[in-house]
Amino acid sequence: MRLELTPRRQAGPFLNLAAPVLAVGFTAVVGAVLFAALGKPPLAALYAYFIEPLSEVWSLHELALKAAPLILIAVGLSVCFRSNNWNIGAEGQLIVGAIFASALPVLAPNATGPWVLPLMLILAMVGGALWAMIPAVLKNRFGTSEILVSLMLVYVAVLLLDYLVRGPWRNPEGFNFPESRSFGADALLPELISTGAWGGRGNWGIVIAVAAAVFTTIMLTRMLKGFEIKVGGASARAARFAGFDARRTTFFVFLFSGALAGLAGAVEVAGAIGQLRPSISPGYGFTAIIVAFLGRLHPIGIIAAGFLLALSYLGGEAAQISIGLSDRMAQVFQGVLLFSVLASDTLVRYRVKLVVVRAQERVAHD
Amino acid sequence: MIEAVALTIITAATSLLLAALGELVVERSGVLNLGVEGMMVVGAVAAFAAAQATGSPYVGVVSGALAGGTMALVFACLALGLATNQVATGLALTLFGLGVSGLVGESFVGLPGVTLEPLAIPLLSQIPILGPILFNQDLFFYLSIALTVLVALFLFRSRRGLQLRAVGDDPDAAHALGMGVLKIRTLAVLFGGVCAGLAGAQLTLVYTPQWVENITAGRGWIALALVVFASWRPMRLIIGAYLFGAVTIAQFHAQALGVAIPSQMLSALPYLATIVVLVLIASNRRFTMVNTPAALAQPFIPNR
Repeated sequence: MRLELTPRRQAGPFLNLAAPVLAVGFTAVVGAVLFAALGKPPLAALYAYFIEPLSEVWSLHELALKAAPLILIAVGLSVCFRSNNWNIGAEGQLIVGAIFASALPVLAPNATGPWVLPLMLILAMVGGALWAMIPAVLKNRFGTSEILVSLMLVYVAVLLLDYLVRGPWRNPEGFNFPESRSFGADALLPELISTGAWGGRGNWGIVIAVAAAVFTTIMLTRMLKGFEIKVGGASARAARFAGFDARRTTFFVFLFSGALAGLAGAVEVAGAIGQLRPSISPGYGFTAIIVAFLGRLHPIGIIAAGFLLALSYLGGEAAQISIGLSDRMAQVFQGVLLFSVLASDTLVRYRVKLVVVRAQERVAHD
Repeated sequence: MIEAVALTIITAATSLLLAALGELVVERSGVLNLGVEGMMVVGAVAAFAAAQATGSPYVGVVSGALAGGTMALVFACLALGLATNQVATGLALTLFGLGVSGLVGESFVGLPGVTLEPLAIPLLSQIPILGPILFNQDLFFYLSIALTVLVALFLFRSRRGLQLRAVGDDPDAAHALGMGVLKIRTLAVLFGGVCAGLAGAQLTLVYTPQWVENITAGRGWIALALVVFASWRPMRLIIGAYLFGAVTIAQFHAQALGVAIPSQMLSALPYLATIVVLVLIASNRRFTMVNTPAALAQPFIPNR
């Protein structure tokens, strides 16, 4: 018995839409089986994961808070992945972005004015881009693996943040807690709807994220840079013949994805957290890789995928409280989801046929 | 003093060597499995759990290897059977492995582990200085060295090894010659998984005999870098692994001696060293190009 794959000439729009849905459905089934194996009622658990968080206003706000960094990072990564550049260090770029953004409210706590927040966002983009530039430059100059370098820099960024909040940037009035001082009002992202029945913590981060997705769509479909990126990824040879410089593309996509990851870091510290802490992200930089693939590397698909994975974080917390499931479950879910997304991608690109070879035929075949 | 330092370096290096050795064989067959970290951490938790339950560290060793192999099987089904993107599949394996190990290991945090005791080799372990360092070691050390030599012999002195390298350099030509490309690759991936599982088991049975979440702390990724450092030659892995073991230990000793550098900067040393080493190796083109498997990370679909 074996699987036979035949490439399809072109996949129809139906398959392109159906594949991610199929992957999500499959993950839910695997999840139900897992819950049953852990002795929890599977349907109640799935309800806690995927429906409960959607039923209240405050949790919808939390959903937007968690979706924003995921969408921001994944949009940048999709551009990278499309051009066949593998930036998997977005988590580190997020952290460095957050550090750059925090430099202003931490080092100049008395600075006030409407310019503070925009400057922080710009600083964050610069920080993330600089951190992402390291693997890009090393790849272009020496041919080192961007995968390994970008990943190693995640560990370095984590340690750098740890050093800052425990050392020079620690809050002088903070009773020795490893935290920076709390940001002033001008250094915080305003809430979208702060009062009324629909009010809550959700802030402008999600608007920034959607804007980034829309801009990226325009770049990929209407600008020469987007065309260069897509051609470079689809066929390096064709790009060379067209005169597109692969190194410049590598440099650009790393800068772009690093800047967006850095921006996500600023959205986190200036939004949901409001100060710098030793840990500012529950692995958004890695989860965003799943978001990018689930969204089929398409900015608009990524918006939907970002909300779904944000839901899995919230569901993880909800299920922990309501039925005592470990919050580690969410991470397992995310892994299974990426597996199924990749497998369903095969269904889009190939005709898959299960061939059963009988012993007799096998002899004839050899 | 020398003896103590040498022993700690060896303990730190053994898991790197095992994991890198497995990945080297995988990459020689033309497959890039970025899931080393995930396979390792699952091996680590499985080894801890089995040793805890049975009280026998050797049961732990076996279940660590089996757990790593099972993880590799998942990778093989997807990346080889369904020809999915190898980079993304490997990443998924790592994310999945970190999640699963965290879930399974939640109840093990803080429990004392079972330690794998050293096995002294008669006579040889009596040699002054060298004896206690090299011949009074645990199973993992002997296994890592023996496997490295065996893999070197297999890859470069045997027919099967030649076939494996052929599959990694030109799968289409190998297929045309009648070799089972996917079969050879699957076996290589499984070997890589077993090695990564053993490497993880070494962490929970020897290095720090207890369970800590994310116990691998990037060792799987450093192992991947070591394969590049060794330019896909098994014997060079030994040098690389011990160099990195030394860097890790140097950092601990510097912290203990109270060197006036922030501890975080010392902890960052192994990761920074990895980047430096990658640059040094990659900038010497001729050195790497000869040995890089030509079809690395390219999916293969047999046409009939």
